[in-house]
Amino acid sequence: MGAGHAHRLYRHGHSPVHALPPHTKLAAAFAFVVVVVSTPREAMWAFALYAVLLAVVARQARVPAGVLLKRLLIEIPFVAFAVLMPFVAEGERVDVLGLSLSVNGLWGAWNVLAKGTLGVAASVLLASTTELRELLLGLQRLKLPPLLVQIASFMIRYGDVITDEMRRMRIARESRGFEASGVRHWGVLAKSAGALFIRSYERGERVHLAMVSRGYAGSMPVIDEVTASRAQWSYALALPFAALAVCLLGWTL
Amino acid sequence: MHVPDGFINAPVSAATGLVAAGAIAVSLRGARRELDERTAPLAGLVAAFIFAVQMLNFPVAAGTSGHLLGGALAAILVGPYTGVLCVSVVLLMQGILFADGGLTALGVNITDMAIVTTVVSYALFRGLVKVLPRKRRSVTVASFVAALLSVPAAAVAFTLIYAVGGTTDVAVSKVATAMVGVHVLIGIGEAVITALTVGAVIAVRPDLVYGARGLQQRLKLRVGGELVDAPAVAVPVAARSSHRKVWITGLVTSLVLAGFVSFYASSNPDGLEKVAKDKGIDTRTGKHATGDSPLAGYGVRDISDARVSGGLAGVIGVGVTVVAGTGVFWTVRRRRTSDTSPASVPEGV
Repeated sequence: MGAGHAHRLYRHGHSPVHALPPHTKLAAAFAFVVVVVSTPREAMWAFALYAVLLAVVARQARVPAGVLLKRLLIEIPFVAFAVLMPFVAEGERVDVLGLSLSVNGLWGAWNVLAKGTLGVAASVLLASTTELRELLLGLQRLKLPPLLVQIASFMIRYGDVITDEMRRMRIARESRGFEASGVRHWGVLAKSAGALFIRSYERGERVHLAMVSRGYAGSMPVIDEVTASRAQWSYALALPFAALAVCLLGWTL
Repeated sequence: MHVPDGFINAPVSAATGLVAAGAIAVSLRGARRELDERTAPLAGLVAAFIFAVQMLNFPVAAGTSGHLLGGALAAILVGPYTGVLCVSVVLLMQGILFADGGLTALGVNITDMAIVTTVVSYALFRGLVKVLPRKRRSVTVASFVAALLSVPAAAVAFTLIYAVGGTTDVAVSKVATAMVGVHVLIGIGEAVITALTVGAVIAVRPDLVYGARGLQQRLKLRVGGELVDAPAVAVPVAARSSHRKVWITGLVTSLVLAGFVSFYASSNPDGLEKVAKDKGIDTRTGKHATGDSPLAGYGVRDISDARVSGGLAGVIGVGVTVVAGTGVFWTVRRRRTSDTSPASVPEGV
């Protein structure tokens, strides 16, 4: 446990965005995405403005554009879906480069692509400027049930341990000459998954006993209460409010 | 299957968010009742397990591979309440940390992938375990069927959400066919993996499998030598076995009739795979034939669509009916057994 406790997606930094209390960032990111989703899809310029807003935030947070773009790749499955949409959607059709495309489908594809990308970008910015522990504290601060936050924190805390355990099992399999190449080998992999479950569950029991022996009685003590000043709130909420202005313009224009 | 932002409109996202919040609140209460203060570490570790096992690749053939979704597995291994919590937490963390699934679509994702899969699979599982003979093998069989139907059930739930609040103009029937078609295929893989995994756990630590608790209790009685309750337990088992044959025959026949006969009666038996490829929503298996023209085979699609979707609707309809019927059956039987011999009331759900 001596190595970094930060998750791989976090980029250490001292920017004003990093310094904001986590719950203000969570609230801002969520509100921003809500505003983006409720923008009419015909207002293309509005989405460009949202992208500019996010670029400003990324600059403030000193997250390089390359990193941000690389993490956007997670959406690729849905990009594939969006690309197909003009072909399968209903409604009047238009000829583009010899292909018959549905107008509604094109709008739908644009809608999913634009909103999905902005949503992913907002999440990526949030994750790369907020430490895991802070994120969990922020969730608790936003009145998520404490038990749920505890479950999430245990999942995060032991996620790497369990993943490593799985990796060791894979290395053990491979060092004995096993190579999974088809359905016939599912039995072996499933036995590994079963063993992994038993190990995880038993580890959970041990963790619980260790916690009880240290005085755990159902709730975790909060030792670093996060608070946000009015200035910090208004700084964080500048993003969704700017987006809201754009959104209102999009509806009225 | 993680839905991104903007795919489902705002009001429906908010409504599913409320559904998800309600279900999580119920599950929190249920899990606390089952696990007490052990809830946090155990559910957390199981969530970490689900998260890890989703990364375990199961090779299918020639470069393609699938992975477990885990809803049915979680429900069977740790029970429905804890299962819903674990999968929801995994989805929440995937949304916030890995941007996998939109923040506003969290409600949709949790309703779809955590609640529907877990509840459907657990209900089916309990029903089958009650009906099948009390052996370890029947737990494996029950988990196979539960996982098999839970994935298309999630696809149906997604289609319903899409029909109410979808932002794109792809016809609902097309989405339904493609989603359910693809997810029946995924469901087969999920079912095999889930059944094998549950079998592996049951072989080593049967006491850890929540769904097999009734089974394990009877084993304990036999081994421990406390034969006080043993005759009382044995009587309803003997009485039930006559029903069981009728049940199994009926279930198998109706499933076969509803799903597979109508499907294989089609002149184009591989219509299912074709639809999956045409739509290209096959995000799971990765290497689908997007090179083909998506318009290929549109002429025959209507017929095969009707057949495929009819067959699938049949299978799912039978599933739902079995669940509802089993519920009625349980309540009736429980009342009857509690009238005759109050000591032999079976373990509660």
